[in-house]
Amino acid sequence: MSGGIGTRTGALTVTLEDGVAVLTLDLPGESVNKFSQPVKDEFVAAFAAAQADPAVRAIVFISGKPDMFVAGADIEEFVALRSVAEATRLSRDGQQMLERVATSAKPVVAAIHGPCVGGGVELALACHYRIATDHPKTVFSVPEVQLGIIPGAGGCNRLPRLVGLRAALEMILTGKNVRASRALRMGLVDELVAPAILRRVAVAAARRLSAERARRRRPGAWFFDRSMLGQALVLRRARAMTLRQTGGHYPAPLAALDAIRFSLANGVAEGLPYEADLFGRMAMTEVSRRLVEVFFATTALKKDPGVPAPVPKARPVERIGIVGSGFMGAGIAAVAVGQAGVQVRFKDADLPRVGAGLRAVARVVEERARRRSITKREAARQLALVSGGADYTGFHGADAVVEAVFEDLALKQAVLREVEAVTRATCLFASNTSTIPISRIAEASGRPETVIGMHFFSPVHRMPLLEVVVGERTAPETVVTAVALGRKMGKTVIVVEDRPGFFVNRILAPYLGEACRLLVEGVPIGAVDGAMTGWGFPVGPITLLDEVGLDVAAKASGVMHEAFGERLRQPFDLGVLVAAGRLGRKNGRGLFTYRGGKRKDPDPAACRLLGIVPGEAPADRAPLAERLAFAMLNEAARALEEGVVRQPRDGDVGALFGIGFPAFRGGPFRTVDALGARAVVATLERLAAAHGDRFLPAASLVEQARGGGRFYPSDR
Amino acid sequence: MTGQNGRRVAIIAGCRTPFAKSGTVFKDLGAVELAKLATRELLVRTEIAPGDVDQVIFGQVVPSVLAPNVAREVSLLPQFPKTIPAYTLNRACASSTQAIAAAHDQIVLGQAHVVIAGGTESLSDIPILHSKRFSELLVQAARARSLGQRLRTLARTRPRDLVPVTPAIAEPSTGETMGQSAEKMAKENGITREAQDAFALRSHQLAAAGTADGRLTAEIAPVFVPPAYDPVVTSDNGIRSDSTLEQLAALKPVFDRRYGTVTAANASPLTDGASAVLLMSGEAAEAMGYEPLAFIRSSAVAAVDPGAQLLMGPAFAVPLALDRAGLAWRDLGLVEMHEAFAAQVLSNIQAFESDAWAREHLGRAEKVGEVNWDTLNVMGGSIAIGHPFGATGGRIATTLANEMRRRDAQFGLVSVCAQGGMGFAMVLERA
Repeated sequence: MSGGIGTRTGALTVTLEDGVAVLTLDLPGESVNKFSQPVKDEFVAAFAAAQADPAVRAIVFISGKPDMFVAGADIEEFVALRSVAEATRLSRDGQQMLERVATSAKPVVAAIHGPCVGGGVELALACHYRIATDHPKTVFSVPEVQLGIIPGAGGCNRLPRLVGLRAALEMILTGKNVRASRALRMGLVDELVAPAILRRVAVAAARRLSAERARRRRPGAWFFDRSMLGQALVLRRARAMTLRQTGGHYPAPLAALDAIRFSLANGVAEGLPYEADLFGRMAMTEVSRRLVEVFFATTALKKDPGVPAPVPKARPVERIGIVGSGFMGAGIAAVAVGQAGVQVRFKDADLPRVGAGLRAVARVVEERARRRSITKREAARQLALVSGGADYTGFHGADAVVEAVFEDLALKQAVLREVEAVTRATCLFASNTSTIPISRIAEASGRPETVIGMHFFSPVHRMPLLEVVVGERTAPETVVTAVALGRKMGKTVIVVEDRPGFFVNRILAPYLGEACRLLVEGVPIGAVDGAMTGWGFPVGPITLLDEVGLDVAAKASGVMHEAFGERLRQPFDLGVLVAAGRLGRKNGRGLFTYRGGKRKDPDPAACRLLGIVPGEAPADRAPLAERLAFAMLNEAARALEEGVVRQPRDGDVGALFGIGFPAFRGGPFRTVDALGARAVVATLERLAAAHGDRFLPAASLVEQARGGGRFYPSDR
Repeated sequence: MTGQNGRRVAIIAGCRTPFAKSGTVFKDLGAVELAKLATRELLVRTEIAPGDVDQVIFGQVVPSVLAPNVAREVSLLPQFPKTIPAYTLNRACASSTQAIAAAHDQIVLGQAHVVIAGGTESLSDIPILHSKRFSELLVQAARARSLGQRLRTLARTRPRDLVPVTPAIAEPSTGETMGQSAEKMAKENGITREAQDAFALRSHQLAAAGTADGRLTAEIAPVFVPPAYDPVVTSDNGIRSDSTLEQLAALKPVFDRRYGTVTAANASPLTDGASAVLLMSGEAAEAMGYEPLAFIRSSAVAAVDPGAQLLMGPAFAVPLALDRAGLAWRDLGLVEMHEAFAAQVLSNIQAFESDAWAREHLGRAEKVGEVNWDTLNVMGGSIAIGHPFGATGGRIATTLANEMRRRDAQFGLVSVCAQGGMGFAMVLERA
C-alpha cells in the first residue's frame, strides 16, 4: 500500500512502513495545510482504508510542509455558511471525522512540526499520542474565539480532559500561542524530539502503542482541574473575568465556557453535539462576521504593496539610521532590531541621549526575554544590532533613515538636509511626524522622491499600526519600500494621504473634541470615559488624552483646528494644562492622578485649571456615546471622501489598530454599513440640530442615504 | 615591501574601546563583550560590508573558560554572515600585534583579502580556579552512581580545599612575577627611580595631551555601559593629567620594598579593553575605495631566556624587523613602544643605543640606533593609557598608523615586549 488512496485533492499520501500507515498531509499549491471539505473526505477515505487494511497495525499523521503542521479549518468555507443549521452541520462533520480517530482500535500518533492551529490542535487531541518537535516554529493555538466562534471539532470537550481545565481555558479563551516546551509541560504533547527524527520516532511510537497502551498523564492540580467543586469554582471565576474583559460585547468566550462546563458535567458523548450547537450559533453572530471581516482585511493588507500597479520592487533595507533617540526613536529601533532584524544606528545631539535611547531599546528587548518570548541569547543578538553616536557616522551605509526628532518643521528640515548630505542617493528618508505635512518637510530635500512619512504610534513596540504617509513628490518605489519595512517591523501598514492628522488623528480629533465638550457641559470625566468603554473602546477618550500626552494632544489639536476650522476646534486649550506642568501619564500628572505608574482618579485640580465644574453623572450614557461615536464616524467618511485612505478597509483597520475602535463593530465604515447610511444621516442631523453644525453629515453619507449605497459591497 | 606574490597589506582603520582600570567601569562587561563593541564600531565607522570580511583573528592572554575562542564570538556578531572563520591566538602581550601579523600573512598568501585583527582582555574577569584537590572531588562526585556516593565524596572536602587559586602574572618557568623581572632589569641595567618616574610622567602628560586634542579619543568607540547605558565611557580612565614628579616619588616600591624602584605609578596598570583593526590587500583597498593609513613592511619575533632579563625581547626583535624591512633605525619617523614598565622601556632603549650591547648580543659592530624622543610614544603609552594584555597591540598599531598619516612619516615602528621573554616588532610604511 503506497501512493494515493482517494487522491481527489492529492493532499494526502499514505505509505506503509513496517506495519505503520503514515498519512502525510501536504496541500498542493498552498503554503499551509488546512481542512476543507475535499481534504476531509480524502482524510476519511484514507483513514478508513488504513483501518480496514490488516497489514496496518498503527497510524501516524504527519505534515509534508517544511515548517507547518495544520493551520486549521478552511476559513473560506466558514464564511460561505448561511445558517445556524449549516454551521452546526459543519461542526458535527468535523467532530465525526475526529471521532473515528479517537475511537480507532489501531493507535493513531500525531507527529507535529510547525504551527498547529485550531482544527490542527483538535486533530492532535483526537489522536492517542502526540509527538512534537522542540523547534521554535512549533506552536499550538486555538484562536477560534478571536473570530467570534468556538473550537467546534471536539476542542471544548477534549482539551480540558487532556491538559486540565485551567490550561485549557487559557488556550481557548485567549487564543494565545503555546510553545512546544510549554505544550509538553501542560501535557498537550507526550514527547518532544528533534525535527530530524520526528517521523522515525513517531513510527516507532505507533508500533509500540500497537502492542501496549500509552500511560496516561494527569497534568494540572487535582482540585482545580479535575474535581467537580474545583472546576465549578474555576469556571465561575473565568466567566466573571471574561465578562469584565469583554464588556459583554463578545459572546464566543462565554459560549466556549458553556460548552466546556456542559462537557465536563455530561461527558463527551453529549458534549460534542452541545459544542456543535453553540458553534453553529456563534458562527452566525454579527460579532463573528465583523471579526472575520477584520481578519480578511488585515490579511489582505499584509499582501497590499501600498501602490497601484505597476508595482515597483521594494528596495532591500538591511541598515537603518534613526535620528533622535528619544521615546519614539527608541521604540522604532526596538521593533527594527526585534522584528525586522535590521541594523540600527542612532544619532542624537549628545552621547548621554544616545545612551538613554539604547537603554530604552534594551528595556523593550529584555522585557521580551523576561517574558520568554525570546531567549536571552536572542535578546543579546538583537541588542548587538543597535549602536549610536553623536554624529552621522555609519549613516552612509543606511538604506533608510527615520527621523524622530521634536515636532518642528525647521528642525526636521535641518535634519533632512544633514541626512541627505551623508547618505546615498537611494536612501529613503522617513519622518515620524504626526502633525507636519510630509510635503512641507520634503521642500528642503534635494531628492523629494525618497521622502516619506512613517507615522508610528506610541508605545511603538505595543501599537500594531503604522501610517505610511505619501507626500506630493514621493516615488512609488519609496512607498513600496516603506510599506515593506513597516511590515518587516511587525506593523499593520496603511498608506495614507498627506492631509493634516493623516487618518487616525484626523478621526480622533472630533471624537476627543466632543469628549472635551461634554466636560465643559459638566459631565464628569468618569462618565465620559465610561460611556466609551461601554461602547467597546479599551480606554475612554479622557484617559486616551493622558496616554497620548497632553502636550502632543494640544499641539495636534491646534494643527487640526488650523486646517479644518471651527468643526475641529477644541472647546478649551489643553495648553493650559501643559503650561501647568501636566503632560499626562508620561510625567504622572494630567487629567488623572497617578501613583506608582498606575492611573488613579480624575484630578479635580486639572478641572479647575480648565475652568470646568463637573456636575452629576447622567443616568443614561447612551446619548454621550452616540455624540462621540458619530463625530468619529462622520469624520471618517469625510476623510475617505478626501482620499486620506485609499479604501474603507484601510480606514477600518487604522481605527481598530490605531485607537482601539471596538473590533466587534469592525471599524467606522463597517459600523455605518451595519447601521445603514439612512439611519446614520438621520442621527447626525438630529445631533446637528441639538449640538451644532459640526455634526452635519458628510456628503458621501448623504449620497449613500439617498441612493442606498454602502462603503463595502453587500456580501449577503 | 611586498610579499612574494607582489601583495601588500594595508591597515585601513583601527578602533578600540576606552581602556579602563580593572574593577572599574567595565568590570561587568567581560572580554567577549568588549571585543564585540570595538569590532562593531569598526564596522560602522569603516562602512565595510561585513560579508566582505574573510577572517577574524583576535588575541587574548587570559581567556574565559566559557568562551575560549573570543574571535569566533566576534565573527558571530549579527552584522556578519555566520560563515566567517575565526581563531584566537596567544602571544602574551604581543597577541594583537601577532593577530595583525597573522592577518598580514593570510593576505600575502592570498588566503584572505580582508581580515579583522584585534585583541581583548578583561582583567576584571579572570578565571579563579578551584584547588587541585577540590577539582578532583568535584569530578569524582559528578561520576558518582548514587546520591549517597556523591555526598560521601563531597564530604571529604576540607576547608583548605576551598581556598581558590588566583592566577598570578608570573613566569611558569621561573616563578618570577613581571614586577620582579622589571625590578631585576632596573637594578642590573642601572635604571634609576628618577628616570622611571620621569618616563611615567611623560607617558601621562603626552596621553593627556592626545586625549585633550582628540587624537586618542578619535580612535575610541564610546562604550555605553549596560544595564543603564550610563555612564558613556569615551576615554581611558587611567590617564592623569595632573600628576607631578613629587607625587610619583612619594610612592613605595611594590616588589622590593627596601631597595626597589618599580612602583604602581611607573608600571602599567591592570586594565580592561579591546581593540580591532581592519586590514586588507592593497588591491582590495583600491577596489573598495579605501585609502590605507599605512602598509605593513615587515615584522619579527624574538625570544630570550626568561631567567635572564625577561622583558628584553624587543632589543632583539627590533633589529631583526628593521633588517627584514631593509631599513635602519634612523629611517623611522615614529616609534611606538609598549610600556609594560618604565624600567623595561628604558632598559631596551639602553640596549638600542649601546655599541657594546650590540656587539655582545647581536654580533654587530654598531648600536641599533639613537632614540629621538620627539618621535617616541608621542601620545604616551601603556603606563598611562593602560594595558589590557591582548588588546594593547591593536591600540599601538592604530595609533602609530594614524599618527604616521598626520605627520606624513614614511616609516614607523611597533615594539612590544611579552611574557616568556619574547619581543615583537613591526615596521609600517606610508603609501
